[in-house]
Amino acid sequence: MAATRATTSFPHRHLLGIAGLSRPEIEYLLDTADEAVEVSRQIEKKRTVLSGRTQINLFFEASTRTQSSFELAGKRLGADVMNMAVANSSVKKGETLIDTAVTLNAMRPDLIIVRHHCSGAVELLSKKVSCSVVNAGDGSHEHPTQALLDALTIRRRKGKIEGLTIAICGDVAHSRVARSNMILLTQLGARVRVVAPSTLLPAGIERMGVEVFRDFNKGIAGADIVMMLRLQRERMDGAYVPSLKEYAHFHGLTEEKLIAMAPEALVMHPGPINRGVEIDSSVADGSRSLINEQVEMGVAVRMAVLEALSKNLPNG
Amino acid sequence: MMSALKNLALLDARLIDPVAGTETRGGVLIENGQIKDVGANVTRANVGSGTDVIDCKGDVVSPGLIDMRASEHRETIASVSRAALAGGVTSVCVAPDSSPVRDTTALVDFFVRRARDNDSVRLYSIAALTKGLAGKEIGEMGLLSRAGAIGFGNGSVSVRDAQVMRRAMTYAGDFDALVMHFVQDPDLAATGVMNEGEFASRLGLMGVPREAEVIMLDRDLRLAAMTGARYHAELISTTLSMDAMVKARANGLKVSCGVSINHLTLNENDIGDYRTFLKLMPPLRHEEERLALVEGINSGAIDVIVSDHCGQDVEDKRVPFAEAEAGAVGLETLLPAALRLVHAGQVSLPKLLRAMTSRPAEILGLPQGRLAKGAPADLIRFDPDEPFVVDPSKLHSQCRNTPFDEARLQGVVQLAMVAGKVLHG
Repeated sequence: MAATRATTSFPHRHLLGIAGLSRPEIEYLLDTADEAVEVSRQIEKKRTVLSGRTQINLFFEASTRTQSSFELAGKRLGADVMNMAVANSSVKKGETLIDTAVTLNAMRPDLIIVRHHCSGAVELLSKKVSCSVVNAGDGSHEHPTQALLDALTIRRRKGKIEGLTIAICGDVAHSRVARSNMILLTQLGARVRVVAPSTLLPAGIERMGVEVFRDFNKGIAGADIVMMLRLQRERMDGAYVPSLKEYAHFHGLTEEKLIAMAPEALVMHPGPINRGVEIDSSVADGSRSLINEQVEMGVAVRMAVLEALSKNLPNG
Repeated sequence: MMSALKNLALLDARLIDPVAGTETRGGVLIENGQIKDVGANVTRANVGSGTDVIDCKGDVVSPGLIDMRASEHRETIASVSRAALAGGVTSVCVAPDSSPVRDTTALVDFFVRRARDNDSVRLYSIAALTKGLAGKEIGEMGLLSRAGAIGFGNGSVSVRDAQVMRRAMTYAGDFDALVMHFVQDPDLAATGVMNEGEFASRLGLMGVPREAEVIMLDRDLRLAAMTGARYHAELISTTLSMDAMVKARANGLKVSCGVSINHLTLNENDIGDYRTFLKLMPPLRHEEERLALVEGINSGAIDVIVSDHCGQDVEDKRVPFAEAEAGAVGLETLLPAALRLVHAGQVSLPKLLRAMTSRPAEILGLPQGRLAKGAPADLIRFDPDEPFVVDPSKLHSQCRNTPFDEARLQGVVQLAMVAGKVLHG
């Protein structure tokens, strides 16, 4: 699949965020991912584009789906993939992020996939290594592959993104998924709304190119896509919202609200979901839920990203 | 058991319109619980023969008083209602510091149902701004509003944590909920039992500085500006606070404040030889402060006057001053005590009543508190000059801790009605 794109359409060494990507670059990744979907649906899923390459998954934060998705993506493209278990590593012994980066770099990896609880940490690490770095989520900043897989899911279902009304609902303030999606979806011409109680909206959100709603029903009214965000349990006990009960009542997505306000909408969630809090089981498991499709698209998008970056590696 | 009310007319009264600030001679015609007509044209000749009439003989008729701050501590719904009616108060906002604290939908719902079945004054629930009034977790303001809470307060404890207060005010904005706050820095006030100053020093009592109030108020006003919340400082007692409120209002903030009747009519010297019935929070201040607060009612710098009714058991007051509970009953003496300011020539009757009728109604979004066609017929009739001596044993409240013990006051409520129904007199 590489032969048709001899000229580099993704001229970046790292993927640190959606910010800074042009629309053609995003569309290039989505087109490549479309092909990767087909690859993944075959019995023979193995490709050789990363043959001989070493990929390290460095996750400072617990992750199931993102880490396994990156692992599968790398393996399907032929890379040797190593998962660093940070919990048992020298990081726990007090090693700094930069020291960890320099140490890993000395082992000559080609790709490092990094998740870190601090915004900006992945970019900091990328400056200390000679390989490609992919941001798998940094603090409340960006989660670019999640936004790409969301866009791919939407584009495959709706045939386009331009002109769609997409409501991103929930803990926008702490969400890297929301930030990456806001940038990507507006870049591709969607009308993006954010819907949350004021305590879960970041300052200055009105100037970030989105429409802001505090009322959930108004926020999802007539939307094409309702994208729910996960609310961390530690934020629902009086710190940011009064209680789980109150949050579910006013900001949870139920079948009733969906039918009344957005009867045509498809429902998404980056997972893992809090059933009965931000989303009812009947919606999450219902016919309009794209949640499992998002997981499938996740592997494809990550294959596309790894392939695109590998072309810019030395000897790529 | 509803029976159709006959039309009723109050005739030959001194009508006080707190919105217009006027005083005119005339009558009020009441139909279906509402004011059908009001003014000079409501006379015996003009009302139909099927209308009951009450000749007010030149007594004042005004909207019933709306008290934004009363506690049911050591009281019952019934005793609060009786005391309120005797004092001309027809709407009472009941603080959340009941036992248990009113911080759940079940408790607010229960209160609303009891209030509905009360068949007396209108009772409104202030619900807890933070769970258990502990100042740590914000209350369920959405669900509690739905259950009928009219505002959110934190009793007699300030929320110390500015982040919690910020989030509470931010969250309240989503429901256009009114945030009501008792303002006193808990650290600066920690050991104080009366106003800080010469008098406290002579008595050997620890003081609460005026700054304890304004520091908390300043913080809140900054947060109100930041969050856009509707904010009400429940009790202010100093010129420092009044100046802060004036400035905040000039800056366009949706903020208001109240003062207790005690702080308008008493000062720290009234504590005399350790009279615990005058132990209040915030504490009674210097006479200069009191006079300035009275002027604040005139200028509108202070929005409302409240009873700050807080019943205490005699045993909690019959102890050394420093160990006594703070608080005083005030519903029943609210009107006659306030009339002291009128008799002293300091405040006009319409301005005084504005702070206890139409202004609280505006802040709370209530339709009563106005002497206007179509408004609910929550009315009182009183003779502002009729003298009496406060006899604590005759109070309708369950508690006797009145700072006006044996005081000579003027102004007796002859009649009080809610929605056209005469409940007192």
